[in-house]
Amino acid sequence: MGVKKLMKQVFTKPKSLTDVPFTYCPGCHHGIIHRLVAEAMDDLNIAEDTIGIAPVGCAVFAYLFFECDMIVAAHGRAPAIATGIKRVKPDNIVFTYQGDGDLASIGTAEIVHAANRGEKITVIFVNNAIYGMTGGQMAPTTLEGQITQTSPYGRDSKTMGMPIRICELLSTLNSPAYIARVALTKPAYIVKAKKAIKKAFQYQLDGKGFALVEVLSTCPTSWGLSPKEANEWLNEKMIPYYPLGEFKNVEEVS
Amino acid sequence: MEERLLMKGNEAIGEAAIHAGCRYYFGYPITPQSELIAYMAKRLLKIKGATFIQAESEIAAINMVYGASAAGGRVMTSSSSPGISLKQEGISYLACAELPCVIVNIMRGGPGLGSIQPAQGDYFQATKGGGHGDYHLIVFAPSSVQELVDLTIRAFSLADKYRNPAMILGDGLLGQMMEPVQFKEFDEKNIPSKEDWALGSSHGRKPRRIVPFDLDPNELEKIVNKLGQKYQDMQKEVEYEVVNIDNPDIVIVAYGSIARIVKTTIQKAKQEGINIGLVRPITLYPFPYAAIEEVANKVDKFLVTEMSLGQMVEDVKLAVKGKSQVSFYGRTGGVVISPIEILQEVKKLLD
Repeated sequence: MGVKKLMKQVFTKPKSLTDVPFTYCPGCHHGIIHRLVAEAMDDLNIAEDTIGIAPVGCAVFAYLFFECDMIVAAHGRAPAIATGIKRVKPDNIVFTYQGDGDLASIGTAEIVHAANRGEKITVIFVNNAIYGMTGGQMAPTTLEGQITQTSPYGRDSKTMGMPIRICELLSTLNSPAYIARVALTKPAYIVKAKKAIKKAFQYQLDGKGFALVEVLSTCPTSWGLSPKEANEWLNEKMIPYYPLGEFKNVEEVS
Repeated sequence: MEERLLMKGNEAIGEAAIHAGCRYYFGYPITPQSELIAYMAKRLLKIKGATFIQAESEIAAINMVYGASAAGGRVMTSSSSPGISLKQEGISYLACAELPCVIVNIMRGGPGLGSIQPAQGDYFQATKGGGHGDYHLIVFAPSSVQELVDLTIRAFSLADKYRNPAMILGDGLLGQMMEPVQFKEFDEKNIPSKEDWALGSSHGRKPRRIVPFDLDPNELEKIVNKLGQKYQDMQKEVEYEVVNIDNPDIVIVAYGSIARIVKTTIQKAKQEGINIGLVRPITLYPFPYAAIEEVANKVDKFLVTEMSLGQMVEDVKLAVKGKSQVSFYGRTGGVVISPIEILQEVKKLLD
């Protein structure tokens, strides 16, 4: 009893996360991203009014991890589902959590058009340059020369195209209110990532419009690297091709 | 007495949906149902709080339906054959997650791009599931513009009752024809509350999760078995019409616009002293197996007529259980069968 009184609690699990243990591999960034999303929900006190949409892929179990109403989407369709939910419940906060295969390959049409309609939703886009759950196949965001199960000799841009930069692509549209790319490989990056994610929810609360945060993320298992090496690879290879920063911010434009 | 309005089939479906309290519509243009999406745009965009979206694709439209239904909205989408094929993934998810909605298929010729003329080639797709996995839709087969209205309203009601997608299976002929219709008074209080399961704000309750999967085989089997029980329960919703069934020389089984044409054949045949009966399934799922079997106990010749290579004929054979001879006559490609053709076929069978 004395211990409790003497010790000051300085770090806790966000209230917007459940007690269900994460199912992610060591070194994977999904856990950090979940935490940042939950912290943003806590800070804004919106969990009880939030409806989240879990994707197909490693993050399918996100429906168990967030302490708010959740629904599981078909692969790539989360932005369309978010549209349906938000139109019926405009006073609720709706977010999608999507990977790169989900958002930038099979669901390209859905994300482009939800953004273009200016749907008032928040999109958390996890870009780890690979298909993790299916065992490491080429993603639309796989880097040039990167070896995967389906680009075993390295991604050849002549036949497989160059990796798609989603933030830049969506920033060509007039409608989105907020588009940013963040990383988690340094404490300073994590602070910035949290700010961006919180902003993406705040913009929805304020009715400003579509908000997307792309989070560069590691997949040590499918990359065949240790967690430390994976962080280094992300810094050295991904960030130069996928520059960090805000690509669209309706507040600064207007 | 309610006012009689002259309406085109596609527009009558739209008005019926709005009449039944549908305030959310997501669709994509395709002939021969485009009047329906246009009608929903014209009406819903003027109703406060309602939503009309011309989606980027059929796939997006059905997933918007999935979201809107999960949030408790009374929601509809519509399309024609190739577009319905695109929606199948989403329909399977809706069935697994037990989300109610109404899906309208104004059938056209297929397979492939097919044609834009009327056809009934999507019977298997509509009644046997359509997408992946074990599931069924509640399927209605209207045969007049008035039935498009009445059955659309009923489809919303049964979709909610069973928490299952319901389909209106029409064809290009019905969608495009004009007939007088009446709208019976509808009390929106009859729409069941979805507050006990829909997603929304979780103040004072535990968070809800709508999930169309389970990786544990025993758990998924429980979900599928629960659906199976629901399909058994649905069997009592079967609807059909019988015409001239007392002592016929032959009985025709037909649905939708072809059943209307058969009614003309019955009149023509009478003048020639031929007595034709008709069994018209109004619900295609559940299918009126028992009603057809009962007729098969008295009549030894059946003819199934469809605008297909022969799809419903398989269910009629199952219903008849070998007690009677079942023949088939069909046209495809968008060709509508004429009353004379059917009569000629009947004469051949009676010879």
